[in-house]
Amino acid sequence: MSEFLQQLLNGLSLGAIYALIALGYTMVYGVLRFINFAHGDVFMLGAFAGFYLAPKVALVFPPGSIAGAVVVFIAVMAICAAIGVSIEYLAYRPLRRRPRLTVLITAIGVSLFIEFTCQHKKVFGPSPQTFPELLANKTLHLGGLTVNTNQIVVIALTAILLGGLSFVVQRTKVGTAMRAVAFNEQAAALMGVNINRIISFTFALGSALAGAGGILFAMTYTKIEPLMGVQTGLKAFVAAVVGGIGNLPGAALGGLVLGVVETLAGGVQGLSNYRDGIAFAALILILLFRPAGLLGRAQIEKV
Amino acid sequence: MNPIFSRWAGATLAVLALIAAGCGPAADTNVIKIGEYASLTGKEATFGQSSHNGTELAIDELNAAGGLLGKTLQLITEDNQSKPSESRTVVNKLIARDGVIAILGEVASSRSLEAAPVCQNAKIPMISPSSTNPDVTKTGDYIFRVCFIDPFQGTVMADFAKKSLKVQNVAIFTDVKSDYSKGLAKFFKERHLANGGKIVAEFDFNGGDTDFKAQLTAIKGTQPEAVFVPGYYTDVALICIQAKQLGLTVPLFGGDGWESDKLVEIGRDAVEGQHFSTHYHPDVGTPKSRLFVDAYKKRYNAAPDAMAALGYDSVMILADAIRKASSAEPAKIRDALATTKNFDAVTGMITMDANRDASKAAVILKVEGGKFKYLETVAP
Repeated sequence: MSEFLQQLLNGLSLGAIYALIALGYTMVYGVLRFINFAHGDVFMLGAFAGFYLAPKVALVFPPGSIAGAVVVFIAVMAICAAIGVSIEYLAYRPLRRRPRLTVLITAIGVSLFIEFTCQHKKVFGPSPQTFPELLANKTLHLGGLTVNTNQIVVIALTAILLGGLSFVVQRTKVGTAMRAVAFNEQAAALMGVNINRIISFTFALGSALAGAGGILFAMTYTKIEPLMGVQTGLKAFVAAVVGGIGNLPGAALGGLVLGVVETLAGGVQGLSNYRDGIAFAALILILLFRPAGLLGRAQIEKV
Repeated sequence: MNPIFSRWAGATLAVLALIAAGCGPAADTNVIKIGEYASLTGKEATFGQSSHNGTELAIDELNAAGGLLGKTLQLITEDNQSKPSESRTVVNKLIARDGVIAILGEVASSRSLEAAPVCQNAKIPMISPSSTNPDVTKTGDYIFRVCFIDPFQGTVMADFAKKSLKVQNVAIFTDVKSDYSKGLAKFFKERHLANGGKIVAEFDFNGGDTDFKAQLTAIKGTQPEAVFVPGYYTDVALICIQAKQLGLTVPLFGGDGWESDKLVEIGRDAVEGQHFSTHYHPDVGTPKSRLFVDAYKKRYNAAPDAMAALGYDSVMILADAIRKASSAEPAKIRDALATTKNFDAVTGMITMDANRDASKAAVILKVEGGKFKYLETVAP
């Protein structure tokens, strides 16, 4: 029993990171109806931004202090937001009126461009790097459970960011505008919503969450490399689809479900090799029975 | 045949012949070209770089001493970025375009296995410095290695588990993506069972994964006394960290894939006190080894590791074969390599057995104070 709870905890802390990234996919899809494949790479850039910033911040705030970690988080989220906005401005905006497939392929191109530029020796280099310790990681024993302060930070911070995001989307003017654009772009424009600004804002918000995810991932697993966003990004994308693409709580739920299923599969002897396969198979099953995703509503498309 | 057609055909043939001659390996008479493929960047970069440093040092020493057969040696190095399928491409290039007479590489067995058929088909001798999977040299009679193989390494670590760690119930955690890891796990298991031990759990991971907690939690549940992790250093470091975080505090141990400074850099205090087997340690003080350590330190400002020593040995054994054959023809070098006997190398006496594998001793190291400390030598 305690092993099951332990696996559940492992799965939740992994899934929380998927959830943060999945939100970015789902938000962009909601507003623009296309998949931003470069999103996983923004996650990677966030981890590397933290990697280069942390030693600088450690000069001002003592390493391992909460203040230092908060500064790194905020700075990285700002950097990633800027990167996300620039990607949209440079690569996607010029193609806004083109067929959606064109934008989709451009997104794949942007993703490959970032991955392989970052693998160059003069950028990050292809070798894995060790992420510095942002917060002192302590191990606590609660009954039969072994909990790391890191896992608590990951789950708590994800919850806080999710709460913040739902506040922004549901309660603020800009969030209302976002929802309006997602609902009907033309109508929103006629109502005086500045579409370009809202789309930039969506990218900024999603990318900032990906940056936070990058730092949380790097804090937990300490190894970062330029291709770390590929597999994680793919899983987060699947999480977004399973939750119902375009649906914010769905993306978070999808991430958690994926993390837990993957971890439970990995804990079975003889199946541990297939943990990703089993996780994806489970997701295909979910989609077979709920094609619109866990929380998605089936939409009837007018032909 | 129509005379006009035949004239055209003749001309075309002549042009083709010219092009073929022009493209063929340029026959420079004053150099002997040796190809090397290595993981200079990527996941196993420290292996490739160490091995490359040793190789380069050996080539320069030979050239400083007047080269071989009155010719200078030219080393042409290609980086495979630790990626699958890249080795085949670069080795093809080394053979077809550069016209090398022998190939040196690789450390990782999966990548050596990829390049070996290319060398075998082209009949160019290949010497792997440190691939320990038995299948590497089974590719054909042109493939050699200067290190021991995993059946031996697995035996060494199983005996170590029994005698030094004094453990019975061992879990195995294998990288299913790596031929090296799978082979080592298999031979360890055989010997451990023969020693009267028990394997309480066998779990797999995919090299390059970052989350191992699921498997480690399950491994912890089977209450092993030790965990054998025959992986490469990046994965191993993360496994050690996550094992520690989960409160799995039993000893973890493995093979030569652990030996890299990155293991300590990433794993920090989580790898402290763990053991692994490897090929060589600078503290093994044969005269040959001392000379090598001095030369290496002078040039690179660092102590050599096993991969560096094996890279060095791979060149020296090739040079020995070229001397014995008094020819730089691949076929003759191959024959000379196959008869290598009691060659005094940095990593110990090397004799090529019938399978073109070197039979030699292993050493066991312990991570202590962030350094690798020499514990013991185990003879075959």
